[in-house]
Amino acid sequence: MSNHSHAIVAHKHPSDFVGAKIGMWLFLFTEVLLFGGLFILYGVYRAKYPQEFHLAAAELDTFIGAINTLFLLTSSLTVVLSIESLQRGKRKLALWMLAITILFGLGFMVNKYFEWTAKIHHGIYPGSPELLNHSGGEIVFYNLYYTMTGLHGLHVLIGMGILAGMFYFIARRPRQKESLDLEALEKIRGNSRLVVLADNGNELGTISNLDDDVCFVDVQIYYEHGKERLDPRNLIKLENSGLYWHLVDVIWIFLFPLFYLIT
Amino acid sequence: MKHEEKTHSVGYTVYIFVWLALVVLTSVTVVVAGVQLHQLAVAVAILIASVKSYLVMSYFMHLKYEPPLFKLMVAMLLVTFAIFIGLTFTDIIFRY
Repeated sequence: MSNHSHAIVAHKHPSDFVGAKIGMWLFLFTEVLLFGGLFILYGVYRAKYPQEFHLAAAELDTFIGAINTLFLLTSSLTVVLSIESLQRGKRKLALWMLAITILFGLGFMVNKYFEWTAKIHHGIYPGSPELLNHSGGEIVFYNLYYTMTGLHGLHVLIGMGILAGMFYFIARRPRQKESLDLEALEKIRGNSRLVVLADNGNELGTISNLDDDVCFVDVQIYYEHGKERLDPRNLIKLENSGLYWHLVDVIWIFLFPLFYLIT
Repeated sequence: MKHEEKTHSVGYTVYIFVWLALVVLTSVTVVVAGVQLHQLAVAVAILIASVKSYLVMSYFMHLKYEPPLFKLMVAMLLVTFAIFIGLTFTDIIFRY
């Protein structure tokens, strides 16, 4: 009777990808309304001070703004190529595209840094003595400029962090965790060994010293990278991260002409 | 079963063409800004930005290939935002 055994089958956990995507879109809606409120504020003050906004906007560097627009547009392309590559099982290409996306985000932030420091160097920042000498409309313009591009820059930083996290999830070894709690163990007490089976029935390992003192069993299985081992949950996570990154791009698509171009 | 939903594959070339269109539209909006359009300048800039956003949302954000529910949700968002804008500006116009 010592050959009695009980098997754990390493199975895939079900997940609701459409639900996950709907959740992400709903979150993005709150972001749209957050920035939307600021855009309405911009619109109202622009209608009130057209001449001052005209003068102040001419002071912003259109060239840096245009370069940053290209950076974000191109990074939107690379993140979408990353998703497409992962869908086709090209894990390495997906990782490269993610890395390029993060680099474009970094380039955007470096440009922003130079842009802001140049303005601050000229004494133009919210509440500065220099700015307070300007007209009311120009003060409002620069306050909105710092608030909106600052909040947007924060989103770029968060997006870069999320994409870096995705890089880690896709780069690490595929793994699967199975747990047996006390209740599950009670059912198999008396068996001499516990066998871990893969989906295809291959025996992955055996636990033989399963005596009465054991109160839980955790089995962590690490796999080699392979097309059939791509975690489908990574794909939906990457798609949702991409959605966030694209929204940050869409917001910049409106910020760029409204602050840099309408002069 | 749910984890086996098929994902729509669009193809690299479609994305690259969309990106090219976005770059061209960016150049157009920069060039047009140099032309004196007076009142129309804001309208043209917002129109071009809207076309760019439409491209990003349809293709990059996959909205074109999602079930109708997603499009309905986005439509509701846009209507809500339009109401915000409309009511705010109605207030502004009658105040000054």
